[in-house]
Amino acid sequence: MNKPRRLQITNYRAASHWGKLLLALLTAFAFIFPIQTALAQGPTPTDDEVNRIAKQLYCPVCESTPLDVCPTEACRQWRDLIRTMLAEGKSEEEIQQYFVAQYGARVLAEPPNRLATYLVPAVAILLGAFLLFRGFQMWMKPVTADEDETEQTAKPAQDPYVARLEEELKKQK
Amino acid sequence: MIANFGFGVLLITFFVALYSVFAAIYGERRQLPSMVESARRAMLLTWPLLTLASLVLIYLLVNNHYEVQFVYEVTSRSMPMYLKITAWWGGQAGSLLFWSWLMAAFTSLVTLRKWDRDREFLPWVIVVACATMAFFIGMNVFFENPFAQLYQTFQGVSAYTLKPADGILFTPEDGRGLNPLLRHPGMIIHPPMLYLGFVAYVIPYAFAMAALITGRTDDRWIRLTRRWSLWAWLFLSFGLVLGGRWAYDVLGWGGYWGWDPVEIAAFMPWLTGTAFLHSVMIQEKRGMLKHWNMLLIILTYALVIFGTFLTRSGVLSSVHSFAQSAIGPLFFAFIGFTLITSVALIIYRWSSLKSETEMTSVLSREALFLFNNLLFMSILVVCFWGVIFPLISELFTGQKVTVGPPFYERATSPLFGGLMLLMGIAPLSAWGHSTVKTLGRALWKPAIAALLITVVLFFTYTQRVGALIGFFLVAFVILVTIYEYWRGAYARQRSQGENVLTAFWNLTGRNRRRYGGYIIHISMMLMAIGILGIEMFQMETQGTLQQGQTISLGNYELTYREVAQWDDLPSGVNYRRAVLDVHEDGEYLGQLAPRIDYYYDSQQNMTIPGQRSTMRDDLYVLLVDWEPVGASGATFKIYINPLVNWLWLGSFLFLAGVVIAAWPEKEAERVPVKARVRVPQKQTSAAD
Repeated sequence: MNKPRRLQITNYRAASHWGKLLLALLTAFAFIFPIQTALAQGPTPTDDEVNRIAKQLYCPVCESTPLDVCPTEACRQWRDLIRTMLAEGKSEEEIQQYFVAQYGARVLAEPPNRLATYLVPAVAILLGAFLLFRGFQMWMKPVTADEDETEQTAKPAQDPYVARLEEELKKQK
Repeated sequence: MIANFGFGVLLITFFVALYSVFAAIYGERRQLPSMVESARRAMLLTWPLLTLASLVLIYLLVNNHYEVQFVYEVTSRSMPMYLKITAWWGGQAGSLLFWSWLMAAFTSLVTLRKWDRDREFLPWVIVVACATMAFFIGMNVFFENPFAQLYQTFQGVSAYTLKPADGILFTPEDGRGLNPLLRHPGMIIHPPMLYLGFVAYVIPYAFAMAALITGRTDDRWIRLTRRWSLWAWLFLSFGLVLGGRWAYDVLGWGGYWGWDPVEIAAFMPWLTGTAFLHSVMIQEKRGMLKHWNMLLIILTYALVIFGTFLTRSGVLSSVHSFAQSAIGPLFFAFIGFTLITSVALIIYRWSSLKSETEMTSVLSREALFLFNNLLFMSILVVCFWGVIFPLISELFTGQKVTVGPPFYERATSPLFGGLMLLMGIAPLSAWGHSTVKTLGRALWKPAIAALLITVVLFFTYTQRVGALIGFFLVAFVILVTIYEYWRGAYARQRSQGENVLTAFWNLTGRNRRRYGGYIIHISMMLMAIGILGIEMFQMETQGTLQQGQTISLGNYELTYREVAQWDDLPSGVNYRRAVLDVHEDGEYLGQLAPRIDYYYDSQQNMTIPGQRSTMRDDLYVLLVDWEPVGASGATFKIYINPLVNWLWLGSFLFLAGVVIAAWPEKEAERVPVKARVRVPQKQTSAAD
């Protein structure tokens, strides 16, 4: 008679032990993934949270109007969708990925391939800078021979206006 | 009937413009002055003719002639008179006519000037201007006829220029009405300003081409068109600012500039135009960079046409709509043709465009102007790439993409910063030669003062590095400019015995171009303050309120009081207007009333913000949504836009600066001949 009771007690103790471990693990998880738990259980997301994501999206119809300020009915539905997804605990990237998968890359404010977007203007600008540099080299060459002379004769003011101005100022001092 | 008359006038104008082109070429080749004179008179005739055509169109617009397709598309019975008139440029066909009309006005003004000393330019200016005009009128005549009428045929109702055999004229009861976004007083002035800027740039281009063709490639063409390009620049700049203001008031997204391709289309010629404005000075002072100036004005002209093309052809929405649009490929061909011809002409005249002097220092004024040009061109490259990238992506990968504000902001802000730095340094560097030493001597005082201001701002306003750099540059440029101004006035004050105010006044009067330019620089910095404010410090929030509830943002608290809805039947608009009490730190400031206007004819909503504007910030409230049932809850979007008013303030100063710089000088025409001898004795006139 006694045996089984003891056994029961042991079982109970063991169970409570496991329970504590589970609780500890859960708490640990809650600390590690605080946002997800909060979103999963939290209240409906605020307009500002929705807009923060909507700001970076463009619907395919309303050109050049970000989703957060677009007044059309379709865009309102998109915003509601974002709200629902946020309430479901989806992250910002997940929501963006969802819209990209549904409607294509054009919903993003910038092309997904950043390198291609920035490379061409960067190269063009560098090329322009290089050409200007070469231009300077070319222009300055003939002068280098008698640079010393220019250095001495061509005082700051070859510009007649500045010359006059400096003169006037000197006179007054 | 009257519409057919209008079309007839357009057709005649088209042939008159073509005649003008060919008569000018023929007269020039055969050395027949009477033929050139005939071309000139034909050119003068285009403006009255286009005025007549435009008056016919306005008559149709104002008198509800809905059988005319264009009138049907852009007006409705409920629109007030002023909007019916401005609907002239509210649609494709009409705006092309408007373009040609302005263009004709400008070319007429040019032809009326004295040509005695520049006879050889005349025929070629006529050729370029009239060819451009003929192209635009041709668009109207063959593709976008504003006088096309609706006819009922067996196939249904569609628009025809001439009555089809089995057609019966079809008059709808009411028109579709102008896009509500365009029903704003800003619409009266924004498009005309922009278009004026566009067409005015055709004039310097025409002279540049004339200079290339005749081989008279000295800086005469630049001196002749200097004032024209300044006015063109003024109109274009002001058109851009007005567009921004209009967007701020009407588009309801809390900003004034969204890097929309259409905005960029107007911004690109401004970039090259501004670069041109600076680099022509190098040619005038030092006889350098003649190829580059030619190239810049050609580019500006091409971008003007390209801008009109971008906004008019629908190519931006998709490459497919490009193929569908009748005028798209034609625009493309025209731009290609003018670019190739112009560049070929430069190559043909390459050797006669050689520089007269050499560059002597990387810190000289001309060198700094070149850096300025490099930066403007870089911004242009970024803008151009951003606009065409979606098309390229769609063509080559089939993937549609959006290039939005983040790209432009990231890519252009360092470039704009560089421009500001140059704006601070360049006014103090000398033509021909400057060294680090001379520049440093001139710059250290303003630089230290600007640094002090930045430190103060760091402790009182913001710790953000980007903003601090921006504010430092603003302070630096303003201080340098004022310092330079003050030195001039001081010298004058001593030498001429004038008091401070007279000295400032006379200084500006004697050197309009230089000091007008300085005022423009300061105005640009005021605008930069506004741009920094809204870009860096904009705050926003959104919330749904019940009556009596409060939402707060920054120091402001807004309490939702009431909402009302009513119909304005005569104008066909339904208004929904909410009222909010505004408090700042507990102090009552007044009420704001954001609105949603619903236009029945075009079935579109307009979101009109409630604004409270101070020099420190704008409180900007939008009524996003509200629930009609019970009408108790309403959703508001609230922005605080710091410092944005400085942008508008700057634009007024800008206007003043350009007017000063472009104001005709009495002895302007005599200067090269007479004053050359006298200049050394005069204190100030040597500068300009």
